[in-house]
Amino acid sequence: MTIIELKKLKKNFGTLSVLKGVSLSIEAGLTVAILGPNGSGKTTIMKSLLGLVKPDSGELWFRGELLTAKAINDGAYRQNIGYMPQIARFEENMTAREMLAMVRDIRNTTASHQLTKYVEELTRLFGLETQLDKPLKTLSGGTRQKVNAVLAFMFEPELLMLDEPTAGLDPIAASNLKDLILAEKKRGRTIVLTSHVMSDIEELSDIIVLLVEGTIYFQGSINELLGQTQERTIERAIARILKSQSTKNIKDHEHSR
Amino acid sequence: MNTAGKIFRYQLRAAVRSRWVLLYAGFFFAAAEGLLRFGGDSAKAAVSLLNIVLMLLPLVSILFGTTYLYNARDFVEMLLAQPVRRLSLFTGLYAGLTVPLMAAFVIGVGVPFVTHSFTSSTPSSGIDASALTILLFAGVALTAIFTAFAFLIASLCEDKALGMGVALVVWLLLGILYDAGILAIVWTFHDYPLETPVLAMSIANPIDLARILVMLKFDIAALMGYTGAVFEKFFGTGFGLALSASSLFLWIVLPFWAGIKVFIRKDF
Repeated sequence: MTIIELKKLKKNFGTLSVLKGVSLSIEAGLTVAILGPNGSGKTTIMKSLLGLVKPDSGELWFRGELLTAKAINDGAYRQNIGYMPQIARFEENMTAREMLAMVRDIRNTTASHQLTKYVEELTRLFGLETQLDKPLKTLSGGTRQKVNAVLAFMFEPELLMLDEPTAGLDPIAASNLKDLILAEKKRGRTIVLTSHVMSDIEELSDIIVLLVEGTIYFQGSINELLGQTQERTIERAIARILKSQSTKNIKDHEHSR
Repeated sequence: MNTAGKIFRYQLRAAVRSRWVLLYAGFFFAAAEGLLRFGGDSAKAAVSLLNIVLMLLPLVSILFGTTYLYNARDFVEMLLAQPVRRLSLFTGLYAGLTVPLMAAFVIGVGVPFVTHSFTSSTPSSGIDASALTILLFAGVALTAIFTAFAFLIASLCEDKALGMGVALVVWLLLGILYDAGILAIVWTFHDYPLETPVLAMSIANPIDLARILVMLKFDIAALMGYTGAVFEKFFGTGFGLALSASSLFLWIVLPFWAGIKVFIRKDF
């Protein structure tokens, strides 16, 4: 079953074209890594799905339903999505416990025994037990990122969108987070993530989407990527695609002159 | 409770812990207490305080509101990724900022006036409760208006420095340059009947409206500028009060509504 479908999605920020007609379909239960250089449009794809960014044209489908402007504004579909942004900043005068309660409250989720137990499990996993009652402004960036992870996972959503999830985490927390992602994957959750850490991509993802300057250059499994490029590692495979593309662009440019 | 109410409740709790809100309340308390102690009777103190309210309160509200929304950008993004309508989030955040600022002002100014009314040895020197209520209402309305402007500006301008600049210009325009403009017009066209245009111009500036509202109640409109005198002459105290109060309300609604429109369309 297709859980996410993007059809000819376009987005410009002023004169900058960030998404140039991106079409992508993601099957439920898979872990998809969107890769690409900085500014290639990875975060914009995630934000479009969340309704944070309004595409200029194209269609967004989630669980077989077209996300119209009204559906995006109502936001009910986001009940099935957990999002972990790159930067974790919250209301600074709140404690982490209050922040978790606030998000639970605005999602209209009751503090069931199961939820409380799972939150306890997650806070223990990230070593947050002693940090929960401190104001968020006193917590380090890494610790706030752990709170961010708890917020994304605690409602056990069908789709997890993780934007550079391990960035800013210490090795233990990053390793625990990867274990958590793998456990969620086993439970059949769909995970869309971005990362610049190739070992993470290799460990976690089933499908790789290579996005460069708002255009998808490759979409397929790691084996397909390696087979197509005749390289041994993802990093080299991606570098080869990017190099061949930039050579093609130069030739096209010279030809057009 | 609806989503906006829930967001407001959590924001309110966070705002109470903010030292800026406490400092803000402390400033008004010190100003009111100082004026009451050293400035003669409480009617005089209230008029002196009015000048602080008309100048400083809009400035603090617009700068505090603009900074708040820029600093909360990542937090707003995180909340918008939840099943929340933008209208609810905007309303909850706005109320969560405006209500603590209003409360800080009301407590800061109200407490010294109330305590002095009990301890004053000369009862005739005190202002009546309705005059104090009007002064507090004007401050509360200006807070709501200028935080609404702040939210509109911060939603419109992507760049924080530009947004802060625009906020300052709005305050300067409405707080200082506008009156100078009216005076220039009155002086230039003094041979013509200017009552109606001046009335329209004073309604078009919320700070002027707040000034008129308080002056009419203190019954010294003629002493406090041309627009106040014209207002009293045209509408009398009762109707003038009602007109200026309802116009102030409109001034809250307009930037708030425009802010929501921009916020709903905005990319995060």
